[in-house]
Amino acid sequence: MVISGTEDLKSQYKRFIGRKILFILVTIAFTFAIAGIAALVGSYYPPISFVEVYTIIWQVIPKIVNNHGYIAAHGIDAFFREYLTGKEFVIWELRLPRIILGVFAGMGLAIAGTAMQGILRNPLASPFTLGISAGAGFGATLALIPGIALVGGEYFVIGNAFIFAMVPSFVIIGLSRYRRATPETMILAGIAMFYMFEGMTTLLRFSAIPEDEAEVFHWLVGTLGKASWANIIPVSAIVAICILPLIWKSWDLNVLGAGDEAAKSLGVNVERIRVYILLIASLLTAGIICFTGIIGFIGLVAPHICRMVIGGDNRFLIPASGFFGAALLLSADTLARTIVAMVLPVGAVTYFLGGPLFLYLILKRRREFW
Amino acid sequence: MRLKVQDLNFWYSPKMPILRDINLELAESELLGVVGPNGAGKSTLLRCIDRILIPRKGTIMLNGRDIRTIDRLELASKIGYIPQSGSQVFPATVFDTVLLGRRPYIGWRSSERDEEKVLETLKLLNIEDLALRDINELSGGQQQKVFIARALTQEPELLLLDEPTSNLDIRHQLEVMELVKRVIREQGISAIMAIHDLNLAARYADRILMMKEGRIYAEGKPASVLNAENIRRVYGVEVELNNHNGRPYIIPLRAVNWA
Repeated sequence: MVISGTEDLKSQYKRFIGRKILFILVTIAFTFAIAGIAALVGSYYPPISFVEVYTIIWQVIPKIVNNHGYIAAHGIDAFFREYLTGKEFVIWELRLPRIILGVFAGMGLAIAGTAMQGILRNPLASPFTLGISAGAGFGATLALIPGIALVGGEYFVIGNAFIFAMVPSFVIIGLSRYRRATPETMILAGIAMFYMFEGMTTLLRFSAIPEDEAEVFHWLVGTLGKASWANIIPVSAIVAICILPLIWKSWDLNVLGAGDEAAKSLGVNVERIRVYILLIASLLTAGIICFTGIIGFIGLVAPHICRMVIGGDNRFLIPASGFFGAALLLSADTLARTIVAMVLPVGAVTYFLGGPLFLYLILKRRREFW
Repeated sequence: MRLKVQDLNFWYSPKMPILRDINLELAESELLGVVGPNGAGKSTLLRCIDRILIPRKGTIMLNGRDIRTIDRLELASKIGYIPQSGSQVFPATVFDTVLLGRRPYIGWRSSERDEEKVLETLKLLNIEDLALRDINELSGGQQQKVFIARALTQEPELLLLDEPTSNLDIRHQLEVMELVKRVIREQGISAIMAIHDLNLAARYADRILMMKEGRIYAEGKPASVLNAENIRRVYGVEVELNNHNGRPYIIPLRAVNWA
């Protein structure tokens, strides 16, 4: 490829940027399309058509706006039961929460994975390798089996999972006060936390009665089945609050990619930004998986696939992998609901989809890490 | 005086000092070559000057200001650091890598002006044709030029080069050195370069700093520092010295016992 003149190079660079923006737009369109398809899947009879889905979604919005007084007084679920037709109810009360949870969860997990891989400069970094998932699993198990919970009431499994999901990050950050917070130290500490929590979870399950054990099993595989309007609100809030600073700092993430010393010489406070982003990414992950259970692979695979297509520039990679993750999780969940008569947990499906897909990508890769 | 280092000391553990009582001065447009065996503290010295490592003792003054009082972002607009090799794991194009040099000037998004600056620098170094290539696909010599370009887009007053010619073939060694020399001359930048190749140091540096075990062993013009006695005492190598256009040319003969 020969480039002559600065003007040419400039327009080439513009096109290069344009391609990345186009990819982001495609992932957004994809997410919306899959959301529509996901809304078609279910046992309601007669089946609701693709166009109808969007019409129903659109038509109910004014009803909600006009009756906000009733919703405030009686709750959104009561409002849906009173005011909506059968089809509207199926879409709004039964299917939409699951889809919205899927979108936010997929987006959040993918972006958390992107940020973790970015600060640690490691293609294997994900909520798993940093022990966050194992922490959440242990927290939930602790609440489900001996009933030991740090938060009481209806949310006690969720609260427990959330608190223990944050433990690994605090330990890693605490350690980095004694040892320099290098990516290697952080990953090794994360893996240590992973094994510790896994071990403790296994011990608890070993002594559990079968009923509890079954509940733990269901929690650990991860599902969107617990979606409701009540838990969409905290999930979407956490995702929105955490994504903004990550996008804001995406330029610093790029600088970190050049190596710690180079990043420092370019004016970035490396240790501080690493801790700061680790904390936000952990919060993001914990806020999602405490509601869904452990959904694996999205956080690892989505950033890699997007990096293959548009490269490593985090200013574009973060939104792209966010929407790609949303589309991926929704597809997996829709598949999980359609392939067999009973609904499979989406966590298991992402492994089945993600594993071979990842192997394929590793075989196809051009360079060491795309 | 652009840079003044006084009584600089650095250690990871007090029993094993890496830098001991370093004093040095650097004028505008001056190229200082730092030589010395492996482990003499050359790279550590550069890292302390750029505050990548924090000195345990001593002061570093840049244009009369203590660098401890300059915040990291502002320091990045004054000092450009060129590492020995990259540690880019994920893909990044040359353009985007060089754009990182604008970090001290950019908040969230890069502007048209930043992109102009990158293009200008790529052109200056004659590497525009690499702009959209992935940095990990380039040869060592090309990568070194990209790092120099990144440092130059910082618009620094001082460049720190850590072994810029190691791993390069002789053509790239000359190209990189000529390039450094040229930007120093044209842009009034000062530079400190840690370098293993004594002949390149002799040929391009205005002044030489010879280090041994964390201390300055000798300092001065290439011809006065790079003599057979100093090289034998510092490296434990016997050499033959020739004169090439007023600069010493060194031919290593054999390793000898330290005396």
